[in-house]
Parts: sequence; structure tokens; C-alpha cells
Amino acid sequence: MYRSLFPRDLFAEFDRLQRELQQSFDTVSPSIRGFARGYPALNVGSTPKSVEVYAFAPGIDPARIEIHLERGVLTIEGERPSTVAADDGKTTAHINERFAGRFRRVLSLPDDIDPAAVNASFRDGVLHVSVQRRESTQPRRIEVQ
Amino acid sequence: MSNQAVTQSSAQAGPGREDAALLPPVDVIEDATGITLYADLPGVPKDRLNVRVEGETLLIDADLVLAVPQDMQASHAEVQRTHYRRAFTLSRELDPDKVSAELNQGVLRLRIPKAEHAQPRRIDVQVS
Repeated sequence: MYRSLFPRDLFAEFDRLQRELQQSFDTVSPSIRGFARGYPALNVGSTPKSVEVYAFAPGIDPARIEIHLERGVLTIEGERPSTVAADDGKTTAHINERFAGRFRRVLSLPDDIDPAAVNASFRDGVLHVSVQRRESTQPRRIEVQ
Repeated sequence: MSNQAVTQSSAQAGPGREDAALLPPVDVIEDATGITLYADLPGVPKDRLNVRVEGETLLIDADLVLAVPQDMQASHAEVQRTHYRRAFTLSRELDPDKVSAELNQGVLRLRIPKAEHAQPRRIDVQVS
């Protein structure tokens, strides 16, 4: 391919350079669904007595989040309305990065959880689901008679 | 490219660079009277959010606060930092003194009105 030694469109050239640089930094190929890890982002941790799930779901009406626990699989789903209104000719969206639309995240929990002892709370855009582990699986000390 | 009213400035050089921060996703919408910016800042309580204008730069700084049990061991973490930071360069027709901010369920909404002289005006035609 012929490429001019002295490109006329300097900005296009900068743009290409920037893209090439960007690509060389991203050593791993991006997922086909993009770089985002999905919405909401999830953090999961465990304590001896419970499993703690944090879903970072800003801008969601907590009453409209569906949380299901079925056979040890936790599903969080809902819909997030878009703030970028339909183009009416009067507004311009310069940057549009925030997630909008339906979402669903599925998480498989350990075997020893108690499906009846689930607590969910929502604060500052973070959904916290706490699932207790079953009493019977807790380590116990057995007294010798 | 150059006529965008808000352009994103590249990461701050110099001090403050050493601690990498989360880059919150934003929506920036412009209408006739100003700009509305939405930023996702989950886990940020009101008192840990800092929005300020320095010269022509709009800075959003916030801390993520999670109430985590003491003995918790993280097993999977998609959010690994506890600080949000993002900066934007404002253009001249925006009025930095009249920026209003509200934080609701982890979403920051900033309204930056255009200065008086940049507001659209309808000019009446006088008929003699």
C-alpha cells in the first residue's frame, strides 16, 4: 500500500498513531462484548459464616431489581433507563459511556449456603447480597462425654 | 472534534498520578442552555465526593466506601480500587460559577449552564 511520506491529513495520521499505540498496550484481545466486564460489576467475598456479593449498580431503582436464588445460582437482573434521550434535534450527546438497557448477571454460590437466609440491601448505588452458610456445615467442637 | 464543548483532558500529569484510580463512565449531554454530565460513582457517599473547578478544569474526585465484614476474604473482584477520578476541560462559554451537582444512588448529575452571553437569544424584528 502506498502511503505518502508527507501525509496531508495530519490529524488522521495522529488518530491512526494513537489507535496503534492503544492496540499495542492492550496485550490481551478484548472480549467480543467489549472491554466492560458487564453491568453491574460484581465483587464477591466470603466469611466463615456467609457469602457476600456486592453489585455496583448505580442509578437503579432498588425496588425494580430482581434477585433470584435457585439451586445455588444467584441471578441479579433488571433494567437501567437511558439518560441520553432520543435525538430531538435540540440536544447533543458528546460522550455516552454509561450502560443502559436490560442487564442480567448470574453467579454460582458455594454448596453450603442456606437459601432461606438471604439479605439484600441497597446503598449509594451498591447492592449488597449476603447469603448465610448453613448452620450444620459450621465447624463444631465435639465434647467428649 | 474541536467544537466539542467539553473535551476530556488526558490523565493529570504530575502529582496525584501515582495512585491509579477508577475512571467512572460518564454521559455528557448538551442542550441550548448548558451541559448535563452524569457519572456513575457507585459506593460513594455524599461526604466523600469532591467536585471542583480549577481554572478551566472540572475535577471529579470520590472515594468508594463499602461496609465489608471484618473477616471477609475477597474471592472475585471486578472493582479493585477505592478511588474515582476524572477530569474534563471546560470551554469558555460555560459558567464555572454556576455548576450544580446532585448525587443520587451512586449517580452524580452535574449541570453546567452556559454563560449569559452564550445563551441563545431570539431577536425580534421590528416592523416600522
